[in-house]
Amino acid sequence: MRRSSLTPARTTAPRLLGLAAAVLTLPVLASCTEAVPSAESDTDGDGRTVTVTSSADECEVSTGEVPSGTLTFNVTNTGSEVTEFYLLAEDGLTIKGEIENIGPQATRQLVLAAPAGDYVTACKPGMVGEGIRSDFVVTDSGEDVAVTADEQELVDTAVANYATYVEDQADQLLEKTRQFVELYEDGQDDEARALYPIARTHWERIETVAESFGDLDPKMDLREADLSEGEEWTGWHRIEKDLWPARATDYTALSAKERSYYAQDLLANTEELVTRIGDLTYTVDQIANGSRGLLEEVATGKVTGEEEYWSRTDLYDFQANVDGARVGFEGVEPLLETKDPELAASLRTRFTQLDDLLAQYRTGDDFVGYDELTQAQVKELSDAVNALSEPLSQLTAALLA
Amino acid sequence: MAGISRRGLLGGGAALAATGAAAGIAVGGYALGRESEDAAVDAASDTYPFRGTHQAGIVTPAQDRLHFAAFDVTTDDRQALVDLLVQWTAAAERMTQGLDAGPVGAVDGPYNVPPDDTGEAIGLPAGGLTITFGFGPGLFEKDGVDRFGLADRRPAALRDLPHFPADVLDRNRSGGDLCIQACAQDPQVAVHAIRNLARIGFGTVAVRWSQLGFGRTSSTSTSQETPRNLFGFKDGTANVKAEETAELEEQVWVQPEDDGGDWLAGGSYLVARRTNMTIEVWDRQPLADQEGFIGRTKGTGAPLSGGDEFTEPDFSMPGSNDQPVIPVDSHVAVVHPSAHGGARMLRRGYNFVDGTDDLGGLNAGLFFIAFVRDPDTQFIPVQQAMSRNDTLMEYLKFTGSALFAVPGGVGEGEHVGQALFA
Repeated sequence: MRRSSLTPARTTAPRLLGLAAAVLTLPVLASCTEAVPSAESDTDGDGRTVTVTSSADECEVSTGEVPSGTLTFNVTNTGSEVTEFYLLAEDGLTIKGEIENIGPQATRQLVLAAPAGDYVTACKPGMVGEGIRSDFVVTDSGEDVAVTADEQELVDTAVANYATYVEDQADQLLEKTRQFVELYEDGQDDEARALYPIARTHWERIETVAESFGDLDPKMDLREADLSEGEEWTGWHRIEKDLWPARATDYTALSAKERSYYAQDLLANTEELVTRIGDLTYTVDQIANGSRGLLEEVATGKVTGEEEYWSRTDLYDFQANVDGARVGFEGVEPLLETKDPELAASLRTRFTQLDDLLAQYRTGDDFVGYDELTQAQVKELSDAVNALSEPLSQLTAALLA
Repeated sequence: MAGISRRGLLGGGAALAATGAAAGIAVGGYALGRESEDAAVDAASDTYPFRGTHQAGIVTPAQDRLHFAAFDVTTDDRQALVDLLVQWTAAAERMTQGLDAGPVGAVDGPYNVPPDDTGEAIGLPAGGLTITFGFGPGLFEKDGVDRFGLADRRPAALRDLPHFPADVLDRNRSGGDLCIQACAQDPQVAVHAIRNLARIGFGTVAVRWSQLGFGRTSSTSTSQETPRNLFGFKDGTANVKAEETAELEEQVWVQPEDDGGDWLAGGSYLVARRTNMTIEVWDRQPLADQEGFIGRTKGTGAPLSGGDEFTEPDFSMPGSNDQPVIPVDSHVAVVHPSAHGGARMLRRGYNFVDGTDDLGGLNAGLFFIAFVRDPDTQFIPVQQAMSRNDTLMEYLKFTGSALFAVPGGVGEGEHVGQALFA
């Protein structure tokens, strides 16, 4: 990784997840939110565009009755505090769709497919209380917009499988870290060097999840170049340098006592990580964002040979990031097939192309060192990462569409 | 001054005005497309005086193009260095007035010697050229050697910047004993200035590195619109502006009572940071995330707490999920003056694109330039906070770094930095 509290935290931290969580963990309508330049009237003229003006004490909804189908709410905040907008079920509790963080003067859009029925709209200026509510009716237009139970099943399966995958990788990480630190403390350096990239594979497969713990990540995975002055350097890469000091100048090998200190510190943090991972739950958009995040890790650290500066084992990490991204994608693939089969096909193809490229440098579980790649080979890998990353950046929005 | 001025070649004032207008259009799709008021500023202030209380090129309305060069001093001879500063002063003054670098000119000298001006600016107006000189720590002491008897004149703040997290500095793009910042509306004018000054310096100084920039990324006057960086966001909204005269004294100009004030008063410190952006990865971030990283909207540049571009951000405004609506790790929250005891900078950076890197990605970013009265309080803590806490750092990499002391303005009959060598 590069730094701790960054992208992956943003993609996995709760604060950005409310929308998707609300939408996709409930047996409801998919929705997405967009920034729009200004409130629009019903431009399509099909009566399904609703303008909402949220002020400090009012929630003006341009119409209280629309035909079933894909609805668009353009919500403008004219108040001086942040507001939220909700479309609730008739019970006034179940969230069908929501927009968070609509800042003063901002207009945001909620697009969702709504079957006929009675609903409740709510603006929540200042995000306090139950909001300013109105009844909202969706009449039967004859269009089939009901979300099938199958879709929820796809969501549930994806989320459950992903949780299992992450926990399994975390368990393997712990087991191999234990073996690794034992070898390292024992001075069995050849064996430790052989296990290093294998153990780290389990970290790299779930790197975006691991990085979401902003306190643990820098202790475990910080690179020397990313240290602040005076900051203590611990974790995988500290030990990496001790095992592969060839590129260092004037390096003093760690004493047995120091080895033990760094080894036990890494092990303790790994144990803590595994415990915390056991408490996590996921949403479909987190899985998709995590998949995208892993490819970004490849693009910024692995393909450039910066991650494993001392050991040159970057390609192991590269493959592991791609593995993790692929598992994430494949978990949501059945859902994506119902939404955007072309994107699904494109992602399948490009994952395969990247995996095929990587396979050229692999024998069994082992990869050639990064230094053995020619510039042209690195470029070819980078091109394949770009080719995959671009459609992958569309995945989350496609799943929420 | 002898010789034909570049303007003279064009046949006088009327033609000049016409050419100026034509040049404005020729720079073109770019200058006019950005904002029409820039063109008006160009025509009105084609020439800035070289001499004055402060060096030009600091509060001067930021021109559109940059060529910045850092030099190593290759001589140990103090007099040779002073002689160069005298020659540079003369050449810089001439060029900023739209004249040739040397007194003879590009085409009016003897046929058997190389001309004293390189000629590529023939026919071009002064282009708002400013040339700003600065002194790096190495001028005062290098490798423990006081080459020019200046060691005891070095202010404590003038030293190599510390290593910041995420610095991956290229030695060949960092440091320098001297610097020259040339800014103009026309890139050829800026390059012409650096090229001729470097030529004059051979034997006394050697170019260590240089950087071209385009698309100023800050406005230094309230008459200028805030431009955009290569992330597509407005940059430098909170800049100290030329009109804020009290703030300039407080935040930008070194005062006589400050450390080094005996020679640096009326000057400033110039921080240069070559900041590479991971453009391709950035472009794949959803708009909501991009705005969350910056803390402002991409369209108007208003803070996420509302208002317009110049509305003060409200960092305590509650947002959804019990988090402030402006994320605490957004760029604006991390570097805002309110988080740093009111410390501000006069930023004068430029976008750069140095072609593509080995992997076909844009070798591009922001060549950050800031002028501050005290880097120890106005730059270093802000950069440290940014390197540690700013989510934007995931898409940034610092590849060059330098600090220079920019002496005050050059008076009549003086050379640049004269007070230092007095």
